Amino acid sequence: MSVQGRRVVITGIGVVAPGSMGREGFWDMITAGRTATRRITFFDPSRFRSQVAAEVDFDARRLGLTAQEVHRNDRFVQFAMVAADEAVADSGLRLGVGGAPDAPEPERVGVTIGSAVGATTRLEDEYVDVSDAGKHWLVDPRYASRFLHQALVPSCAATEVAVRFRAQGPGTVVSTGCTSGIDAVGYGSQLIEDGDADVVIAGASDAPISPISMACFDTIRATTANNADPEHASKPFDARRDGFVMGEGSAVMVLEELEHAQRRGAEIYCEVTGYANRCNAFHMTGLRPDGVEMAEALDQALAQGRIDGSEVGYVNAHGSGTKQNDRHETAAVKLSLGEAAYRVPMSSLKSMVGHSLGAIGSIEIAATALAVQRQVVPPTANYEVPDPECDLDYVPKTARDHKVDVAVSVGSGFGGFQSAIVLAKPDRRPS
Amino acid sequence: MTELARSRSDTVTDTTVVSEEGVVTEVAGPVRETAPMGRAITAPPRGTTRLLVTGIGVVAPSGIGVEEHWRSLLRGELAVRPIEGFDAARYGVTVAGQVRGFDAEQYIAPQLKVQTDRWSWMSLAAATLAAEDAGYIPTEEAYATSVFLAAGSGGNEFSQHEIQRLWAKGPKSVGAYQSIAWFYAASTGQVSIRDGYKGPSGVVVSEGAGGLDSIGWARRVVRRGTPAVLVGGTEAGVTPYALLCQVTSGRLSTAARPEDAYKPFDRRANGHAIGEGGAILLVEEADAARARSARHVWGEVVGYGATHDAHHHEDPAPDATQYARAIRISLADAGVTPDEVDLVIADGAGVPELDALEAQAITTVFGERGVPVTAPSSWTGRLMAGGSALNVATALLAMRDGLVPATGNVDEPVEEYGLDLVRETRERDLDVVVVLARGFGGFNSSLVLRRHREETQ
Repeated sequence: MSVQGRRVVITGIGVVAPGSMGREGFWDMITAGRTATRRITFFDPSRFRSQVAAEVDFDARRLGLTAQEVHRNDRFVQFAMVAADEAVADSGLRLGVGGAPDAPEPERVGVTIGSAVGATTRLEDEYVDVSDAGKHWLVDPRYASRFLHQALVPSCAATEVAVRFRAQGPGTVVSTGCTSGIDAVGYGSQLIEDGDADVVIAGASDAPISPISMACFDTIRATTANNADPEHASKPFDARRDGFVMGEGSAVMVLEELEHAQRRGAEIYCEVTGYANRCNAFHMTGLRPDGVEMAEALDQALAQGRIDGSEVGYVNAHGSGTKQNDRHETAAVKLSLGEAAYRVPMSSLKSMVGHSLGAIGSIEIAATALAVQRQVVPPTANYEVPDPECDLDYVPKTARDHKVDVAVSVGSGFGGFQSAIVLAKPDRRPS
Repeated sequence: MTELARSRSDTVTDTTVVSEEGVVTEVAGPVRETAPMGRAITAPPRGTTRLLVTGIGVVAPSGIGVEEHWRSLLRGELAVRPIEGFDAARYGVTVAGQVRGFDAEQYIAPQLKVQTDRWSWMSLAAATLAAEDAGYIPTEEAYATSVFLAAGSGGNEFSQHEIQRLWAKGPKSVGAYQSIAWFYAASTGQVSIRDGYKGPSGVVVSEGAGGLDSIGWARRVVRRGTPAVLVGGTEAGVTPYALLCQVTSGRLSTAARPEDAYKPFDRRANGHAIGEGGAILLVEEADAARARSARHVWGEVVGYGATHDAHHHEDPAPDATQYARAIRISLADAGVTPDEVDLVIADGAGVPELDALEAQAITTVFGERGVPVTAPSSWTGRLMAGGSALNVATALLAMRDGLVPATGNVDEPVEEYGLDLVRETRERDLDVVVVLARGFGGFNSSLVLRRHREETQ
């Protein structure tokens, strides 16, 4: 099915992020430049190289999940359910069993949920029991939970969200590592563009703050060793940066076909005018500093909406705070936007909420959509010492009122994935 | 080609060195070949795109390589056997479809092998076989080839070793490759890197439906201007912890004799056997395949439909409405009527309740005994994401030879299902074949394949 000219807008946003509560709490926090990074409390991190993370203070039951929903689902699924609840409520769409007469056909509602590492935390917790903390290769089934299949295969996140809102259209989990969150929203947009759905619940979730995740990033020194000052540990684009700070969380968007949204008088945050991804075919974790493939993704995403680079009012950066990423990304943005790159504010939320692997792409899209709606650019916290190789305007510490008719969010991940998405005011005058 | 025709080929001249930690230690100069402004902007295409399968790579319990797999199916060899490699008795499941005689080093370099899980070895091997079968030599335009695979359970064996080290010996004993070997995108990333494919790539997870879904998503990639995509996927979950996880689904057979374990549509259906491996296929936009004079065309992907039961986190919907709808969407997409379909390759869950629902979906769309139905995964076990991809390979082989492989282990088919279940290899001219797949939790997918006809100009 290919349908001409179907446009996609965001009509609902839900966020589960460290250091705040819900979409508005998140926005208040990031525009205040507050950081949520702290010494890890979920387990004793003292034997780990990196001991800081951005943890979510999450009470699933208080946020509306039932005891059984909590019991059978990993934290990453719980995050996605809570974020989806907020997004759908925000959209005003009455989805689900007993929906109102004006609700969209369940068969026209799809789900695309991204996750880089799925139920890794639950898999590890259960592993500890069945192996008696690593003593046995042949794990003991008598200590196993009933719901390990769902932990093994992360598609359960799409299922839980689909069941929750009776979304009988196409559903999937998208797992492209650290670009999962952008890709999930991108794929969701394609479902609507191609006429396969009118509404898609799209977002991503990850809850990777567990010993195995921390250990595997420790060994490749991708995470920060700045344990003395957790609040200021994440320093994207700053010359003193020494790795990312692990995070967790989720954001879910309600994507809707433009006319569908207009007919019901929905409040529209922004339009998704383009999405593209590319691979660098270079190295699983290394990035070639020239940023060519990310620039290509960004070019293509802009081209889909017939948007020129000079129109971009905000670049929401991947900005993980590793030496190579921030340099790579700076180069990519310059390559794509040219001279305009020096004029456009560009900031990294990871300075405040850490790097929640696949989830962060969706959290960043949520922030970018709010930036377009509110014409405010969130800052890069902790940015003090410029790096000659990172010479753009990173919006140090303080949020800024700014004309943002078009914004882009970019991401980069292990495996070489490079993704870009473009959000714009729906009534923007095409150039 | 409607995306920006802008080449950014690899003209990095400086030396770039990446250490084992993945840190780039020397800096290559930025490369800029075209000015950023003033480019020709083209919106993505929305027209009809023809998608051909031009290459198949199989690494499965039934064999390595497409012909070995096919011969095994036609001979009716049961590749589900007692589990080798560890004592599985304690999990109550003792048989599985394992890939035997697989020498990963035949396909990948030793240093890549130590960085990756068995699941990725099989993906890398299948990708090589698919490209070889297609005679595919990537064009100079690196963005013209994508890798869009399905994943299911990630790098199980690798990860169990590393997590054991962590808990038994401490964080510092975790190896450097855990971060890249376990996660669901590992195989896609490794294929992209090894083979230099830079196109829009992705990974979908929808349990057993994933193999078909990767093709459905790849079609969107092709529609938007990328002419060649590697699709499908593999799985490697016959390892202690992954097996234990799968046992908790309650859908695995506990039968000790292989022929008793996985009996789809049979009166004694009692669950399924798991398996490892899968298939990777090269799909190409028709004009691009023609332009490079593709060696052969296995068939054409003409329709795809996906729905979700959205009923329960575990149980299937009590009616087959959404499953049948997925089939109908795919047929409408293909522009074929149910009576034009010559064969249905079923998901064949092997669980009575799920078999009954699938039969209901098939008979709702095609009528009672309206179309031959076979479930060849009964020979190999269910390979999760790899299984539905393997069934696409099987469908194309069946089409080529006009032979329908039988469903294995069927002694007493449930007549009430109203299926024309293929129990012996059957000769039949196959023009249109439908492949079905379901994923745990309510994913329903349907893919329509058609025999390729050369267009007369």
